[in-house]
Amino acid sequence: MTRLPSHTDRKLGLVIDLDTCVGCHACVTACKGWNDQGYGVPLSDQDAYGADPSGTFLNRVHSYEVQPQEGAAQIINFPRSCLHCEDAPCVTVCPTGASYKRVEDGIVLVNESACIGCGLCAWACPYGARELDAEAGVMKKCTLCVDRIYNENLPEEDREPACVRTCPTGARHFGDLGDPDSDVSRLVAAREGFALMPELRTRPVNRYLPPRRKDAREDVSLLAPLLDLEARGFAAWLDRMLGKMG
Amino acid sequence: MTIRQPGLDTSPPVSDEVRRTTCYMCACRCGINVHLTSGKVSYIEGNRDHPVNKGVLCAKGASGIRQITAPSRLRAPLRRVGPRGSGAFEEISWDEALELAVSWMKPLRDTAPEKLAFFTGRDQSQSLTGWWAQMFGTPNYAAHGGFCSVNMAAAGIYTIGGSFWEFGQPDWDRTKLFVMFGVAEDHDSNPIKIGLGKLKARGARVIGVNPIRTGYNAVADDWLGITPGTDGLLILAVIHCLLEAGKVDLDYLAQWTNSAFLLDETDGPTRGLFVRNAESQPFVIDRRTGMPASWDARGVQPDLGAVWQGHRTVFRHLAERYLSPDHAPEAVADRVGIPARRIRELAAELARVAFDEAIVLDQPWTDFRGTVHPAMVGRPVSFHAMRGISAHSNGFQTARALHLLQILLGTVEVPGGYRMKPPYPKPMEAHPTPHFDAVPGKPLSGPHLGYVRGPDQLALKPDGTAARIDKAFSWENPFSAHGMMHMVIPNAHAGDPYRIDTLFLYMANMAWNSSMNTAAVMQMLTDRDGDGEYVIPRIIYSDAYASEMVAYADLILPDTTYVERHDCISLLDRPISEPGAAGDAIRWPVVEPDRDVRGFQSVLIDLGVRLGLPGFTDADGKAMYRDYAEYIAMHQRKPGVGPLMGFRGAGEAVGRGAPNPDQIAAYIANGGFFQAHVPPEASYFKPWNAAYQDWAVEMGFFESPQPYLFSVYAEPMRRFQLAAEGHGHVQPPDALRARIKLAMDPLPVWYAPFGDDAATGFPLHALTQRPMAMYHSWGSQNSWLRQIQGHNSLYLPTTVWQQHGFADGDWARVTSPSGMIEVPVAHMAALNENTVWTWNAIGKRRGAWGLAPDAPEAVKGFLLNHLISELLPEKGDGMRWSNSDPVTGQAAWFDLRVKVERLGPRDQTLPSFPVIGAGGTKEDRWT
Repeated sequence: MTRLPSHTDRKLGLVIDLDTCVGCHACVTACKGWNDQGYGVPLSDQDAYGADPSGTFLNRVHSYEVQPQEGAAQIINFPRSCLHCEDAPCVTVCPTGASYKRVEDGIVLVNESACIGCGLCAWACPYGARELDAEAGVMKKCTLCVDRIYNENLPEEDREPACVRTCPTGARHFGDLGDPDSDVSRLVAAREGFALMPELRTRPVNRYLPPRRKDAREDVSLLAPLLDLEARGFAAWLDRMLGKMG
Repeated sequence: MTIRQPGLDTSPPVSDEVRRTTCYMCACRCGINVHLTSGKVSYIEGNRDHPVNKGVLCAKGASGIRQITAPSRLRAPLRRVGPRGSGAFEEISWDEALELAVSWMKPLRDTAPEKLAFFTGRDQSQSLTGWWAQMFGTPNYAAHGGFCSVNMAAAGIYTIGGSFWEFGQPDWDRTKLFVMFGVAEDHDSNPIKIGLGKLKARGARVIGVNPIRTGYNAVADDWLGITPGTDGLLILAVIHCLLEAGKVDLDYLAQWTNSAFLLDETDGPTRGLFVRNAESQPFVIDRRTGMPASWDARGVQPDLGAVWQGHRTVFRHLAERYLSPDHAPEAVADRVGIPARRIRELAAELARVAFDEAIVLDQPWTDFRGTVHPAMVGRPVSFHAMRGISAHSNGFQTARALHLLQILLGTVEVPGGYRMKPPYPKPMEAHPTPHFDAVPGKPLSGPHLGYVRGPDQLALKPDGTAARIDKAFSWENPFSAHGMMHMVIPNAHAGDPYRIDTLFLYMANMAWNSSMNTAAVMQMLTDRDGDGEYVIPRIIYSDAYASEMVAYADLILPDTTYVERHDCISLLDRPISEPGAAGDAIRWPVVEPDRDVRGFQSVLIDLGVRLGLPGFTDADGKAMYRDYAEYIAMHQRKPGVGPLMGFRGAGEAVGRGAPNPDQIAAYIANGGFFQAHVPPEASYFKPWNAAYQDWAVEMGFFESPQPYLFSVYAEPMRRFQLAAEGHGHVQPPDALRARIKLAMDPLPVWYAPFGDDAATGFPLHALTQRPMAMYHSWGSQNSWLRQIQGHNSLYLPTTVWQQHGFADGDWARVTSPSGMIEVPVAHMAALNENTVWTWNAIGKRRGAWGLAPDAPEAVKGFLLNHLISELLPEKGDGMRWSNSDPVTGQAAWFDLRVKVERLGPRDQTLPSFPVIGAGGTKEDRWT
């Protein structure tokens, strides 16, 4: 068992806009690219050119079809990665202390040198956000790019997670969700952002912004014809039409 | 109790060096920062300073790092040693390879240059490849636009002097309502995503018109799940509603379009052409005087409603046509698959935003007539469209209809509307006409591709047969401005219009996903004559990877990957301009190849030298350029104008200036690109804006200002109709007259896709979309991306799923009038109820691309290409009717009609082909 901090100074996390995410997977491979050479061991691939390729990803996008009660079916693209929960069950279940939540910013990390690859944390995580690297035998998960966000070797504007930096639609936002005045907290307030499966009491830090209402065309007043074309003819239409010119 | 946390270095070094170049993982041409660690590429991210992607990068771009190490990379020149298609090759030296190529090509140049056909799939160095083919003297050159989106390009040029994607884009920062037609998740990728993100961030409204609701259409606020091939009907119905209500921008039409030109109503050879004055110029009737006046006269007020000596204006003709009850929403709703009320709602929304929410920029400007406008008034409605409307046999007319809609709303080149990117706007008249006269030992007299103005400019021999192997610019498809690559192999095989000797292809997977009727094309490539020689005697192919096509070539010239070579993204072909800035860019070898491969463009230049082609050798026969890099810097297409616009002369000149040997170094220092910004007073209304026209001349786009009017009425099309009616000395074959009269209508028209003729018993439309994380076949064996999408399913709408009793895990037999496949299926509700679809180009042939023969791409992946014939079903007239748009020759991929039958689970998609060897060396292959 590993203890969680009773309080973190900040609550760094992601806000993901499901109204804007087009499901392009840019965040998936930007994450893979950075973290393949970043924090901890590389993200390995097995059978990369074979019959059953599989590899470690810290962020994946799933697309779901939703059939509303009325109207056309919709597709929701849903990026999934660690939510950096305040009551992270993956930390408390860890037998070696390898999984921990940082006091200064709330990021949940795996200390790979203490990880024995037992996989308990992946079982405990209800969001499926952890992946055991098959080659290295250690648990991998989203680090919020802890090796980018404070990195003095990067220009200041680049000190954000790779997934946020690359997102072409700007659907991913990064910041301190513990600060009610931060941009991300304001965005969550304005767009009624929600936590994933709050009933599990994991208290995720990350938030999702819901899709806006689709296919709603209330109060469209149809265009009124200039005149009754059939009764009055083209010449009358043209007169009326060109009479509009100054 | 305090918690002990492990020590952590949060500022590790990122890399040794960052080199900025241009991505090649799709056609966007984003700027990338390539990080190098210990001399190897360690990370790729977007370049924040770059105009295309502004720092972001898509799934493909970030995976480029896996492209550089792919086992499918070709390693050395190869000469075929087994039968074609076997994949048996031997490695040879570059000297051997190039001398072999020259020994095939040189005699052709000296005797019959048309017997070399040179076609490029990837077409981002067309100004070089086209120049090379021109200097060789063969008329048989084009890139892949004919099977991609020439309808989109040509309809745009013939209507507004620009087009969607590369030639223009919505005014993302100001538009309030954005409507996209037939836009899958490419063309272009990051710029559309960035634009959609801007709209979403400010809550602007997005409407998606597409049979399939994925990707961009999934985030659209409103979705119109249209029946494929009917977009033109929908658009014309919207136009009907706007006209009926008087919601069109009359002032815009009068000032900036040819709507006030008069159409000749005299029976005879001029009927339907513009009435012209003594100087042979069309003219308008001035509302102030009621008298004829020059269309560009100062202060002229063109009368849209004029009737002069019995001749009526274009506006009168168009209003009468589209006000007809045939175009009412109620008359088309069933065919379009959208209720009439929703069509009327769409029209109302467009009109409300365009006219009630007009925006005004406090920016004075002066038009070409000398009139000063105190401000720029914009109508914040914008459109984008792509292959979904263009890949039909009515695609040209549909794209024209969409441009007409934009024009009627007054939204082209205005704030909030659709903006063109320099060197566009560029009217049809400023483009060349096609050149095609092959003379042994001589260059072609001009560029191959162009825009015909009338039947006189068709690429026909004196006997009336097609001059080009693809029959581009023939009566079958007069406006085939991008050529018709999809017809090259079938025509060469049939000897129609003639036989060729050597087929020279660059990055074109014609033995797989770039051909219709793939199995038949493989047969054509391997068929032999009575004397045992291949019907297409010689095939030279250049690619970086072991694609399916490699196995069907006789000589392979292995290309580098995109981080190992020079490239030029040029204003002479396909630049990276933005509406507010001309832009061009380079690639450069950020790492050196570790194999015996060479950049294709440098190889082409080498071949040009060995063949002694003008433009590549000087008077003494010496090489003018060492390699492509030197060509990029030193070549001049006209005095002072070369492939790159920036850092010319001593480094200070832009657009025009002497060649600068240090130009590439200057580009590298500048991040790999250059931009020249349009002055603020020139930023909108560009076709008519005097400040823009002057800037364009200064930049070298034109030699003199080229203001023009939008072609609501396309007079060149009428010239073809007149020919079909029997007028003029250049006459079409009788069998084509009716079709030409229909398809060459000078006002946008809708006709049923030709695939419908043979569709009895095939009730479903079948489409493909390109996934966002995959692109064409150009390296889609990427080890990360194939984990995201390693196989595809055919998506079936709910009605079909239920009607046939499909269950999860089932497969289906899918039959079209010309083929059959067996494939896995999946249910999808967010889909037009008469449409099935799948992801494009996921399916691979077993053994290709360095993949294991049991890779999911080959076992469960599939192509719809097997269901699509390059020819329409025989009509009993003995003719070969191409499955293409009759105006442009664009491949009509999306006219496909099918039926499905339920199968149980299966193990292998059909058709399945034998495993092919793929050219890599053994140690790198899957074996």
